[in-house]
Amino acid sequence: MTTATPPTAPAPDAGAVNPRSGGPRALLAAIGGQNLSLIGALVAVVALFGWLNPNFAGWDNIQVIAEAVTISGLLAVVQTVVIICGGLDISVGSQAGLASVTSAMVFTSTGANPYLGIGAALAIGAGIGLFNGVVIVYGRVNPTIATLAGLAAYKGVAQLVSDGRAQGYVLDDPVFVFLSRGRIAGLPTMVWLLVLTALAVHALLTYTDIGRNIYAIGGNDTAARLAGINLNKYLIAAYALSGTVAALAGVLLTARTGSGQPVSGSEGLELQSITAAALGGCALKGGKGGIGGTLLAVALLGALQNGLTVENINSFWQNVAQGALLVVAVVIQQRRNRDRAIGLPA
Amino acid sequence: MTPPESPPLPPPDGSAGLSAEGVSKRFGAVQALTDVTLTFPPGQVTALMGENGAGKSTLLRVLTGDHRPTGGRVLLDGRPLDLNSPQDARRAGIRIIPQEPEIIPHVPVAENVYAGALPRTRLRRLDRAGLHRRIVADLRRLGFDKVLDPTLLGSQLTAAQRQLVEIMRALTGAVPPRAIAFDEPTSSLSEHEVEALFALIARLRDEGIAVIYVSHRMKEIFRLADRIAVLRDGRVAGVVRADATGEGELVRLMVGRDLSSLFVRQQVATDRVVLDVQGLDTDDVHGIDLRVRAGEVVALAGLIGAGRSELALALAGDAPIRSGTVTLNGEVLRLRNPGDAIAAGIGLAPEERKAQALFLHRTIRDNTSLVSLGRLSRWRFVRRRQEKDLAQEYADRLRVRAPSVEAEVRTLSGGNQQKVVLARWLARRPDLLILDEPTRGVDIGAKAEIYQIIADLARAGTAVLVISSELPEVLGLADRVVVMQNGRTTGELTREQATEEAVLALAMADDLATTAPAQTGETQ
Repeated sequence: MTTATPPTAPAPDAGAVNPRSGGPRALLAAIGGQNLSLIGALVAVVALFGWLNPNFAGWDNIQVIAEAVTISGLLAVVQTVVIICGGLDISVGSQAGLASVTSAMVFTSTGANPYLGIGAALAIGAGIGLFNGVVIVYGRVNPTIATLAGLAAYKGVAQLVSDGRAQGYVLDDPVFVFLSRGRIAGLPTMVWLLVLTALAVHALLTYTDIGRNIYAIGGNDTAARLAGINLNKYLIAAYALSGTVAALAGVLLTARTGSGQPVSGSEGLELQSITAAALGGCALKGGKGGIGGTLLAVALLGALQNGLTVENINSFWQNVAQGALLVVAVVIQQRRNRDRAIGLPA
Repeated sequence: MTPPESPPLPPPDGSAGLSAEGVSKRFGAVQALTDVTLTFPPGQVTALMGENGAGKSTLLRVLTGDHRPTGGRVLLDGRPLDLNSPQDARRAGIRIIPQEPEIIPHVPVAENVYAGALPRTRLRRLDRAGLHRRIVADLRRLGFDKVLDPTLLGSQLTAAQRQLVEIMRALTGAVPPRAIAFDEPTSSLSEHEVEALFALIARLRDEGIAVIYVSHRMKEIFRLADRIAVLRDGRVAGVVRADATGEGELVRLMVGRDLSSLFVRQQVATDRVVLDVQGLDTDDVHGIDLRVRAGEVVALAGLIGAGRSELALALAGDAPIRSGTVTLNGEVLRLRNPGDAIAAGIGLAPEERKAQALFLHRTIRDNTSLVSLGRLSRWRFVRRRQEKDLAQEYADRLRVRAPSVEAEVRTLSGGNQQKVVLARWLARRPDLLILDEPTRGVDIGAKAEIYQIIADLARAGTAVLVISSELPEVLGLADRVVVMQNGRTTGELTREQATEEAVLALAMADDLATTAPAQTGETQ
């Protein structure tokens, strides 16, 4: 079965056509239709803004874009995992805000120990994620409702502990400075964090049995259960991962702005992360999607946002564009599924 | 293909009534109905019988506008109807009382009855006074005023009252009913509720309505029906007068076919007991004792709802066990979840392969390897080469017809999808494999291949438990037949004892006990 089958040969009864027969068609198939349209859209956006402003497509601006999307990109990556499981996490932005405040306040109160600050933030994030998972699985609360409640509650907690103000100042500390402005091999540290997280999650989803089980749970939870997969364990772990990475995003937010931010900078991240995942090809009912598509969508959204800013377009329009993109992405998805237009969508 | 082996049809009363004329219905590769011509005359109760899967429900759905036939037409009083939806059928005067009443839980009876056509005031607000007048009048007219309080909420109704709501829906409305179909209406009713229902059906008949009555229960059918139409394999096997036939003839009409050529006859059962179930109780099954030996194929027979699938799910760890023991290869199992059962060596290919087993948007490879990933992985990373080889090996062995193992399962036919489910379990090599309706919705060629797979499994020493609602399949495959009814085993037949009549008698033991001396197998 390893020899290439000539295209005219009739397919043997049960034989496999070698999928690695090479050539541009195989490459295109490996990228996938959804990703191709994303690449097309990205090229179009870059061409448009590059034509309006020649600096747009320059290396410096690309780095600016990459840094700007790091935080929402991290959240989009874990949102992808949660959505593939069939869930949703609307509370990621609030979790990031709470983690940001935590990191700065613990940093300050431990005599400027960055590791304790960062560690505390990550621990809080993991704990909140675990709590979300437990509420959903054992409290039997619909994931959208549970994390919508979390969106409000965790933001409230962040405002309570910080009194609603930015906390501390961390940019005297070399670790935070390294996170916000440092470079490794010419690339900003933040971008490295995004790349490494994305690679790790991609490997988890694609190459491990854990990833297979995650896709199985989102694809058909009854079948997954009857195949012996422990759904509860996986779902709770997915939310815990989401919380931990949201906390990492919160730490980066602290490093970028120099202080712990309860709300500013993290508000709206849930929308961005869900938009990126949906645009990247995640089926909102689970079982489908991948990190590649999500990252392409993150890049597209980042380029669009940067271009609109560079062109001095009212930032309110960016909200409109973001909302419109989310709806369009889902409409396209549902059209592909040929969902019959009767009643509420599945 | 073969002409119906029926006695002469009773003379049709002209063209009056509801009729199917040459109706065929195909779902993908499955031919559910073939050239069905039947008349349901007004003022008569026509019982519709047939084995599970014979096409009764499909025919009802065609008659009531839920399915469009792929051939033939539906006529009312000789005029062809163009039914595009259940609403069209309703407007023509054709009504169905579904097996499971659809009740809106948090609104009162009155609004449930007239749902979709509620009386409104000029400002489009609900006309509560008018609604009340209407329901009171209708309840009195139909004689339900003693048994159904119109102010009760849907969630407060008993099973019988829920059925009454469906019946009221059918009997009210702008167009008076011409034909009414009852789909196994008595399955959730108590005895005196059944009496009330029968009185109502008699009244409807006397008013000149064509009544279609679907049931498995012989007793009811002989009490109620004027004519009995039997379907088999989607064709009309015969139409007989109720007062000129008997149970024996009906059973023969329902099962009389020869599939034996498909089966691989061999007996390789050993004495080694693989599965030993003692006194198993769950929410759905009670006091189950069951043994399956290595190399033995045991069939669980019974009607739909007898508890066979529930027993299978319990053995697969998916239903809490209240009491009793499950022993596999001499070891008492603790089955808390399906993972426990799989780890112990039990595999289940469940009844609804799309809903319960398959990941339609994933590849054959993914679907096959799912329960073998542990063996295929090192440091949790799946070794793709081995995975692909495994999937290819079983796809070849089971002759899965697909362009490659990278094809998505949703693109396959029903038979090939079922083979992928089997491949998943064969690759895992369980000691006990439970197959729930392994050939449902599968074409005849794939059926024969699946029978061969089962025979091969037995020869390799696997204990096989097959659940099937098709009697010829039960008789052709099984070394031993265990029959269930109402969550309990009602008897056990050896291969030699097992005839279609004997199995059916045990499957309907409770119903037959009062009308005829039932044949009984030795009860374990």
